[in-house]
Amino acid sequence: MPSAGHPGDGRSFGSVGEEPPFEGDRERLSALPRPDRATLSELFAASPRDGSATGFLLAQLDPSRPLLWVQERMAILEGGRIYPPGLEVAELIHVEANDARAALWAMEEGLRCAAIGAVIGEIWGDPRALDFTATRRLAVAAERYGVAAYLIRLGGHASLSGARMRWRIASAPSLPNSLDLRAPGEPLWDAELFRARGAVPGKWVARRDPENLQYLVAASGDRALAEDQRRRA
Amino acid sequence: MLVEEAQHGQRIVAVTRAAAEAGARPGMRLTDARALFPALAAVAWDSAGDTALVERLARWAGRWSPLVEIDGGDGMRMDVTGVAHLFGGEAGLCAEIEAGFAGLTTRVAVAGTAGAAWALARYSSLSSPVAGEGEEVAHLPIAALRLSPEANRTLDRLGLKTIGALAGVPRRSLARRFREADNPIDALDRLLGRTPEPLTPMPLDLPPRSTLRLADPIDDPGVAGQALAKLAGPLADQLARRRLGARRVMLSAWRVDGEVREVAAETSLPTRDSAHLVRLLADKAGMINPGFGIDAFALTASWCEPLAAGQDSLIGQPSKDHELARLVDRLTVRLGKERVRRPLATASHLPERASGWVSAVNSSPALTREQEGGGAFRPQRLLDRPEAIGVIYATPEGVPRRFTWRRKVHDIARVEGPERIAPEWWRARAKSRLRDYYRVEDDGGRRFWIFREGLVGDGRGGTPGWFVHGLFG
Repeated sequence: MPSAGHPGDGRSFGSVGEEPPFEGDRERLSALPRPDRATLSELFAASPRDGSATGFLLAQLDPSRPLLWVQERMAILEGGRIYPPGLEVAELIHVEANDARAALWAMEEGLRCAAIGAVIGEIWGDPRALDFTATRRLAVAAERYGVAAYLIRLGGHASLSGARMRWRIASAPSLPNSLDLRAPGEPLWDAELFRARGAVPGKWVARRDPENLQYLVAASGDRALAEDQRRRA
Repeated sequence: MLVEEAQHGQRIVAVTRAAAEAGARPGMRLTDARALFPALAAVAWDSAGDTALVERLARWAGRWSPLVEIDGGDGMRMDVTGVAHLFGGEAGLCAEIEAGFAGLTTRVAVAGTAGAAWALARYSSLSSPVAGEGEEVAHLPIAALRLSPEANRTLDRLGLKTIGALAGVPRRSLARRFREADNPIDALDRLLGRTPEPLTPMPLDLPPRSTLRLADPIDDPGVAGQALAKLAGPLADQLARRRLGARRVMLSAWRVDGEVREVAAETSLPTRDSAHLVRLLADKAGMINPGFGIDAFALTASWCEPLAAGQDSLIGQPSKDHELARLVDRLTVRLGKERVRRPLATASHLPERASGWVSAVNSSPALTREQEGGGAFRPQRLLDRPEAIGVIYATPEGVPRRFTWRRKVHDIARVEGPERIAPEWWRARAKSRLRDYYRVEDDGGRRFWIFREGLVGDGRGGTPGWFVHGLFG
């Protein structure tokens, strides 16, 4: 269970000098676009040494359902192995795949299992096996069996893909910590939706929804982003 | 002729027929035999190789009977009770066994007792004796009783040369003379079936197994897959009858060249769903090399657990745990046990040790579900090995200001810490140092989990080193 009451939970801002983003009226917070059904989404991490894609992804998963997390060997070497105490999910099956081909196969097997909440794959670079056909297969399987699939790309380039939503995720300076001003607060992410079916692409600064832990919210669209940057400046 | 190194030079272990005609006998010294016939060729005896060969052949002989026992260095015994009629009677069975071991010198005998079969195989003059008890055995020499050399010599001195002669002597007079454990009365009783001599080990509860015998050897690579599909149904029926579920299934393929190829798969929950079993083994079965042809298959559930008849739900949908277990099975069969794992919490303060992994096929979800969350203070990703970083700090004990990791400089904007984790002295070596963990955020918002190993002047090494251990999402 996600434990409530982290420092910087977003509910109680104390004597913080500037007005924190997302403070105050709820209508300025808007939900990030979500696929209307289970499908394949691709998340490009800004850099392999940045864990932001993991946090961004975890913020939209249901922690009570089992996850299948497939990591390619290179992804583990470069970006680290997932660490269950930090994930806070009820059930997890971790697969260490030797190469992208094995990882894609394991993901597809996972999608066929109705008990799985979501299948997450992490691939390093641009392997040959990960072409349009492979991603399209995953997308079709995810839609057919109703299991969401996420592909985290570390150090890869956005070439042709069958993914329905494609994000670029980077870290953003975190919210002020109400308990300790010098400490990092609740994480924020710079999320860019650059290709999507059924949603308008855009840029957001996203955070975990303080009221519903499975959703992401953002001050809406590019306009808000500019405003946010101005405020920070 | 095979020789081994003995106390006084080389000794003969086994001889060919030609060498035997030249006067060589097992147990002789090589020099003595060469004195009789100088041209004898001697080869060193590979005893380990022989044992391995006999073991392999014994496994292969499982095609005729499930009860095969290795007997000494050069023989095996098979319980063929109720088996022979499958091969056209005892004579037919003998013929088939001899044909099966073509290329080796074999002596096959069938008898009512294991002792009689042993004696007939080694001492009978017939080519493949099938004993009616008594008359055949009665002509055999005393040595066929498998007694110690001393007992043999004593009997020889008494003028008892054959088993028939010994059987004629009153029991009481024999009993008076032979009091050791190794006495001719017991041997005779075993031979004639008066006392039982079971094969060891006798598996009382044979694992569920279904077999398929092909009329002709087939060398098509696809044959194993087809055989598997045929065998899975009968095996599932057997399992259902005995209310068992398989945890490990093994497909064995008997090749005509005397090899047995086996492939196995394990399941995380006991199952008797034939479709699932086929799916698990299909890939591996396809990789069996048929060589010169395969002529028999067996599918064995070598590890079973009780599984009562059950119904998962009213609408016939498998339950969540079953679905998950099957996924784990499929992944494990293809990728290996050590690649498909579940987290397992361990009582330890060291982050890398606190969360271990256990192979998913051998663990139940209930066991691993009890994971204590570290909340916001534990990273989502942990490097397998902490990586050394260069750190700039105001004071050695103070908070870091800037660090270089993988040749990139990160200016630290915010810091939280330290969280001190002391070494586990009951486990680690005495020189290991404590760690001060910091959660840091650089100017771009990237959050890391870095630690300093040791303190200045703690007497456990030089300047403390800095490492990055985890990444926050």
